[in-house]
Amino acid sequence: MAGLATAFGSGAMTNPINDVFKSEAILVTGSNTTENHPIFANYIKEAIFRKGAKLIVVDPRKIDLVDYASIWLRPKPGTDVVWINGLMHIIIKEGLHAKEYIEERTEGFEELKACVEKYTPEYVSGLTGIPISDLMNAAIAFGKAEPASIMYAMGITQHITGTDNVKSLANLAMLCGNIGVEGGGVNPLRGQNNVQGACDLGALPNVLTGYQQVTDDEVRKRFERSWEVEHLPEAPGITVTEMFNAAEEGKVKAMYIMGENPMLSDPDLNHIEKCINSLEFLVVQDIFLTETAKHADVVFPGVSFAEKEGTFTNSERKVQRVRKAIQLEGEAREDYWIISELSKRMGFQMDYDGPGEIMEEICKVTPSYRGITYERIEKEGIPWPCPDESHPGTPVLHVGQFARGKGQFSAIDYKEPAELPDDEYPFLLSTGRVLEHFHTGTMTREGRGLNMLYPELLAEINQEDASNLGIGNGDVVHVASRRGDIEVKTTISERPDKGVIFVPFHFKESPVNVLTINAIDPIAKIPEYKVCAVRVEKVV
Amino acid sequence: MVDLIIDDKDVTVEVDTTILEAARSAGIDIPTLCYHERLSPIGSCRMCVVEIEGFPHPMTACTTPVTEGIKVTTNSERLVRMRKETLKLILVNHPLDCPVCDKGGECTLQDLVHDFELDSGGYQIEKVDWEPVYSTPLIRYWPDRCIMCLRCVTACREIKGLGAIDIGGSGFGARIAVVDKDKCESCGECINVCPTGALTENLSQLKGRPWMVERVMTTCTYCGCGCQLEINILDGKIIGITTKDDVGINKGSLCVKGRFGYEFIESEERLTRPLIKKDGKFHEASWNEALNLVAENFNTIKASHGADAIAGLSSARCTNEENYLMQKFMRAVIGTNNIDHCARL
Ligand code: SF4
Ligand code: SF4
Ligand code: SF4
Ligand code: SF4
Ligand code: FES
Repeated sequence: MAGLATAFGSGAMTNPINDVFKSEAILVTGSNTTENHPIFANYIKEAIFRKGAKLIVVDPRKIDLVDYASIWLRPKPGTDVVWINGLMHIIIKEGLHAKEYIEERTEGFEELKACVEKYTPEYVSGLTGIPISDLMNAAIAFGKAEPASIMYAMGITQHITGTDNVKSLANLAMLCGNIGVEGGGVNPLRGQNNVQGACDLGALPNVLTGYQQVTDDEVRKRFERSWEVEHLPEAPGITVTEMFNAAEEGKVKAMYIMGENPMLSDPDLNHIEKCINSLEFLVVQDIFLTETAKHADVVFPGVSFAEKEGTFTNSERKVQRVRKAIQLEGEAREDYWIISELSKRMGFQMDYDGPGEIMEEICKVTPSYRGITYERIEKEGIPWPCPDESHPGTPVLHVGQFARGKGQFSAIDYKEPAELPDDEYPFLLSTGRVLEHFHTGTMTREGRGLNMLYPELLAEINQEDASNLGIGNGDVVHVASRRGDIEVKTTISERPDKGVIFVPFHFKESPVNVLTINAIDPIAKIPEYKVCAVRVEKVV
Repeated sequence: MVDLIIDDKDVTVEVDTTILEAARSAGIDIPTLCYHERLSPIGSCRMCVVEIEGFPHPMTACTTPVTEGIKVTTNSERLVRMRKETLKLILVNHPLDCPVCDKGGECTLQDLVHDFELDSGGYQIEKVDWEPVYSTPLIRYWPDRCIMCLRCVTACREIKGLGAIDIGGSGFGARIAVVDKDKCESCGECINVCPTGALTENLSQLKGRPWMVERVMTTCTYCGCGCQLEINILDGKIIGITTKDDVGINKGSLCVKGRFGYEFIESEERLTRPLIKKDGKFHEASWNEALNLVAENFNTIKASHGADAIAGLSSARCTNEENYLMQKFMRAVIGTNNIDHCARL
C-alpha cells in the first residue's frame, strides 16, 4: 500500500475486477487467486476463455492458475525486484515502453532506466533461476499488450522489501502506460473482507479517515471541530508490530483489541505471547474466545457480520451494505454499541441511533466517502472516491492524471531477504492460506462443512525433497526455525519448488507463526511471512 | 446490425446475437430450461423451439443466430404441442414431488409444467435406483429429479474452469457423473444454475420451503472480493446461503467459504456474556461491570503513563462504521494515534 501511494498518490486497487475483460495481458504475482480470491479468479479465467487474454503468472509455487497461464515464471522466493527490473530492462531495450505517456504523465524515468540497465536477462536469470527465454517471452507479451493489468497480493507485500516490490510493479505498469486506463492498473487484492475499509476509515496510526494525515494541522482542526474535542494528538502513532515491541519494553501498558487474533496471525508467536503477557491490562472484543482473548483481562462479546448493519469496502473500493439477518440469544452486542458505551463511561458522549448515523458522520469528515449514503448503495455498491451525492463513484483511478499529479518512477535495487537458508536451516518456509479456511480459522474451523473438506493442516513439500528426507505422503515432520518449532503432517505436492516448504497458518494446533520472522518492511511494516529459513526432519 | 421480425415485431440486433437473445431484448418471452445467461448455449432441452419462415422444422432459439430478414414465430399451436411433448418426455423420468422437494416454489420445471397445464397423472414413472454420488459431500445430487439440461456441467467448466463433473451413461440412463473429485472446489456454482431440485445444499439439517424462508442480502465476511449473498433464515435459524444472478460482482457465484462457511455464526462456542478475569480465571459479568472496569483501568493508565501507553487494534473483520468509531475512540477519547489493524494488506 505504501508503495502504491508513493508512486501514484493512492494505495488501492486502481481498476475494478471486471476490467480484466478489457486486458490483453494479465500478470498475476504473489497471489494464489483461485484459493484466496476465488471470484476474482473466475473473472481472470473468463477473460482468458472468452476474451482471449494472455495470463502471465509469476510465482515460486505452482499454483492452480499456472494451468491457465500462457507463461509461468518461477522466481526464487524473495527475488521479486530482480525479475521486475529484468522485465523492464527488456521492455526498454525492445522499445516497447510507452514513450509519450512516460513523457506526459510521469517523472523519474531516466533514473529508473539507469537503474535497470544492469538487470540484463543473464544477470536476472542467474539470481532468480528463471530461464532467459521465459523472461523474454513474458516481457514482450506484457510490453506489447494494450493494455495489461497487474494483480498482486501478499506474496508480494509480505517481505522486508514489500514496499520495494510494490513500487517495482508500479514502475512496470507506468512504463507500459497501463495506469489510468480501462483494463490496466496495478491491483492489490485485499486478503480480508474489509481491509480496504479499515484503512479508509483511519484504523492506521498516521492517517485519519480517507488517508488525511494526522500531522496536518488543518485536518486535525477540522476533526476537532467535528468531534467536539479540544485537542487531537498530532504525532503519528505506532504500528501493530511496534505496539507489541513497545508492550515488551513497558512503554505500552494497555491494549484494546477488537476482532483480531494476533496470537495466531502475527509473526514470531512466542515473542508476541511474551509481549502480550507484559501488558498490565488487555481488553479483547471478539465473537469467540480466541487465543488472544484467552490472555485478556476483560472480554467483550461482539457479534458476527450476520447480526449487524453497516458497510464493508471491497478490494475494488466499492462500499457495500452489510445487513442484519438474525438475532441470537445472549448478551453479545454490536461493536459500535460497545465502543459508544465505553466512551460514555470515559466521559465522552457518543450517541448514535445506529450505524446509519455513523455513516452520515463518516461522509461529513471524509471527502472520498462524501457522496456515499445507505440509500444510494441499497442495490449496488459505489466505489470511492465519490465526492458528492450526484457522483457515480470512480471505478478506475488516475484517469488523465495521477492522484499525486505525476506518476513517480522509483529506481530500486535488489536487497536480499532478512534470512536465507544456510547449512543449519536449509529450507525456505513460506506461509499462506488454503481455499477452505480463512485467516486464523476462528470462523472456518467451526462447524462441519468446511472441515469435512479440509480437516487438518497439511504442509506442502515437493517429491524430490520428500525422497531426500525419506518421507511419504501423510508423514509428520518436525519444522524448526531459529524462533521455534512445530510438528505438521505433510502432503507431497508439485506446488512448492525444491527447497521450499509451504505451511498454511489457519491452524492453532500447529501455529506456523512460531517459526516466522519478525523482520518487517521498514515502510509498510508488513512482516516477512513469505521467506524464512527452517530445518525439516522426519518425525520417527 | 441485423434486422429481423419476431412475432410481427421489427427487431434490430447485433450480428452474432441468437434468436432467443433478440426476442428477449424485444420483450418477447420464449420458454427455456437449459439456457442460462452466463453460459454458452447448451441446446439440450428443446423448450425454446421457434418457427422460422421458409424452414420446415422448428429450430432452438437459444442456439440459432439471427440472420438478415428472417421472420420468427415464437408461439403457435405446433410449438405448444412440441413443448408439451418435450415436458412429457422429461416427466417420464421425473417424479413430481414438488411438495417435498427443496426447489418447490421456485423451480423452472415446476413452473413450466404449470404453465403448460400438465400434471404427472397418466405418465408412467420409470423407477430407477440411481446411485446419488456427487463430487462433494456438501452438495446432494438427486438423479431422479435431474433433467439432464447440463447447466451444471457447463457452469463447472465455463465459470469455474474446472470440469469436475460431466455426463455419464447414455440415453435415458444418462446422469451427471463425477470426473474428478479432487477437482471439485465445492463452490456450488452447479447448485446455483440448476433449474430443478436435482442439486441441493447438503449441510444444513433444516430445510425450508422457499416461501417460508426469509432472505437477507448482505456482503460476504471472508475475502476482499466482496460477494453479495443472501442469508436464508427459517424461524430465526440460518439454513443456507443463496445468491441472485444480477447482484454484485459475483453474479450468482460464490466460493466454498461464502456458500458453506456459515456454521460459525450459530456456533455453541460463541461468546454470549462479558468476561472478567480474576485470579487467572474468567468469570461472567454484566455489561455494566465489564464496561466500568475497562473505563476505570484506561483512565488510570492514561493518568499515570499518558495516553500513548494505550494502543488499539481495529479489525478488517469489522464494518466501516465500527472501524471509524474505534479510531475515533482511540484518538478523541484516549488521545493517542496508536491505532492500527493486523492485516496490512
Ligand atoms: S425439481 Fe421442480 S418439478 Fe421436480 S419435484 Fe422438485 S420442484 Fe417439482
Ligand atoms: S461445486 Fe463447483 S467445482 Fe464442484 S462440481 Fe459444482 S461447480 Fe464444479
Ligand atoms: S443436475 Fe440440475 S443442472 Fe445438472 S443436468 Fe441435472 S437438472 Fe440440469
Ligand atoms: S464468497 Fe468467497 S470469493 Fe466471495 S467474498 Fe466470500 S470468500 Fe470471497
Ligand atoms: S433453452 Fe434452448 S435448447 Fe434448452
